[in-house]
Amino acid sequence: MALNKVVANAEEACRGIQSGMTLMVGGFGLCGIPENSIAQLVKMGVINLTCISNNAGVDDFGLGLLLQKKQIRKMISSYVGENEEFERQMLSGELEVDLIPQGSLAERCRAGGAGIPAFFTPAGYGTEVGEGKEVRIFDGKPHILESALTADFAIVKAWKGDTAGNLIYKATARNFNPLMAMAGKTTIAEVEELVPNGQLDPNQIHTPGIFVQRIFQGKSYEKRIEQRTVRKA
Amino acid sequence: MLDKNGIARRIAQELQDGYYVNLGIGIPTLVANYIPQGIDVEFQSENGILGMGPFPIEGNEDPDLINAGKQTITALPGAAYFDSAMSFAMIRGRHVQLTVLGAMEVSQNGDIANWKIPGKMVKGMGGAMDLVASAENIIVAMMHTNKAGESKILPECTLPLTGVGCVKKVVTELAVLEIKDGAFHLLERAPGVSVEQIIAATAGKLVVPEVVPEMNLLD
Repeated sequence: MALNKVVANAEEACRGIQSGMTLMVGGFGLCGIPENSIAQLVKMGVINLTCISNNAGVDDFGLGLLLQKKQIRKMISSYVGENEEFERQMLSGELEVDLIPQGSLAERCRAGGAGIPAFFTPAGYGTEVGEGKEVRIFDGKPHILESALTADFAIVKAWKGDTAGNLIYKATARNFNPLMAMAGKTTIAEVEELVPNGQLDPNQIHTPGIFVQRIFQGKSYEKRIEQRTVRKA
Repeated sequence: MLDKNGIARRIAQELQDGYYVNLGIGIPTLVANYIPQGIDVEFQSENGILGMGPFPIEGNEDPDLINAGKQTITALPGAAYFDSAMSFAMIRGRHVQLTVLGAMEVSQNGDIANWKIPGKMVKGMGGAMDLVASAENIIVAMMHTNKAGESKILPECTLPLTGVGCVKKVVTELAVLEIKDGAFHLLERAPGVSVEQIIAATAGKLVVPEVVPEMNLLD
């Protein structure tokens, strides 16, 4: 028998998340974000959170909802444009911000989940990002030491999932989700479609269920588009 | 003098058959509109797609399918999706042949600054630092001067750096410049632009050959 990771809803999934914890939140911009869980965090009112997420949402959606309620103490991201409240909190010093190169952020999450404590990368050498970090030359080129990231809870969003926690993502909504799923002490997955064990093709699984502790079917996904761009037919 | 589309058109001439290309936000995105005939290239967007196609026809937008600028896009036949770590494995591992990105400043030794203006808004570097640290061929698409008329082609960058000694070529509304041996080398002039205009707009060390051909944008 495969293990059963199913919980009823976001409320049950987010049980145990407390003020002061470090959370990883999947998504790139508003694409592939765990909407139901973010709404639940707002409802729970937990504060002083450290959020590791590529972006910080927009003013009134995504992690922007937590920023509005001043629930986040520190953001670890690669890009935080398009969010006025974020800018205000950062410039006033209310919010601590750690900006790191996107590839390093992804690899640090992957490393955290893969039991690799640190790695060398060329990204950021000779810039503010490299200040204070160990430098080593490989093949004549300088690299800086970056450490792994883990989180008390990782919260990810997938397209389909089964009761054992196996996940399949859709298109570019995959992004950071599989990496963060690996790096959470407890990983919560919300999915658009939850199916019984055996319904997903094992050849197609992106995140094996071993990385997921709780899974639930999300409801009423808004999937807001940040930059709607089209061409004429 | 070129407009933004003209800069993109000139950069598109640098594309070679079989290239995987990463295009940054802004002018670089326009390069995809001017792929020379008879050349096949594939566009990578660092949020997780190879084989990026044009914007969708109105009504066909998919919120799960965007580029790194968060714009809705389409996927061409043969496209592939992947996670962010694999995406940067392609970039850091030098599987992407050409990177085109914008900049606020470029220096004569190939340093680039494009992510932060101290005291003003800090948006973050996104994938730019990983891209410039690893790409073998980096072309910067930018305007030669800022809105105040000051040169962005400098002896040394004044803004916080994105990467050091990495830019190979700069294409502006005025010129094509190659960076080597600690100097900008003037390769081509934009149509109707004189060498004197380029010299006047360039603060960094500029090497000017006896003959500077005008860009050939006919294709």
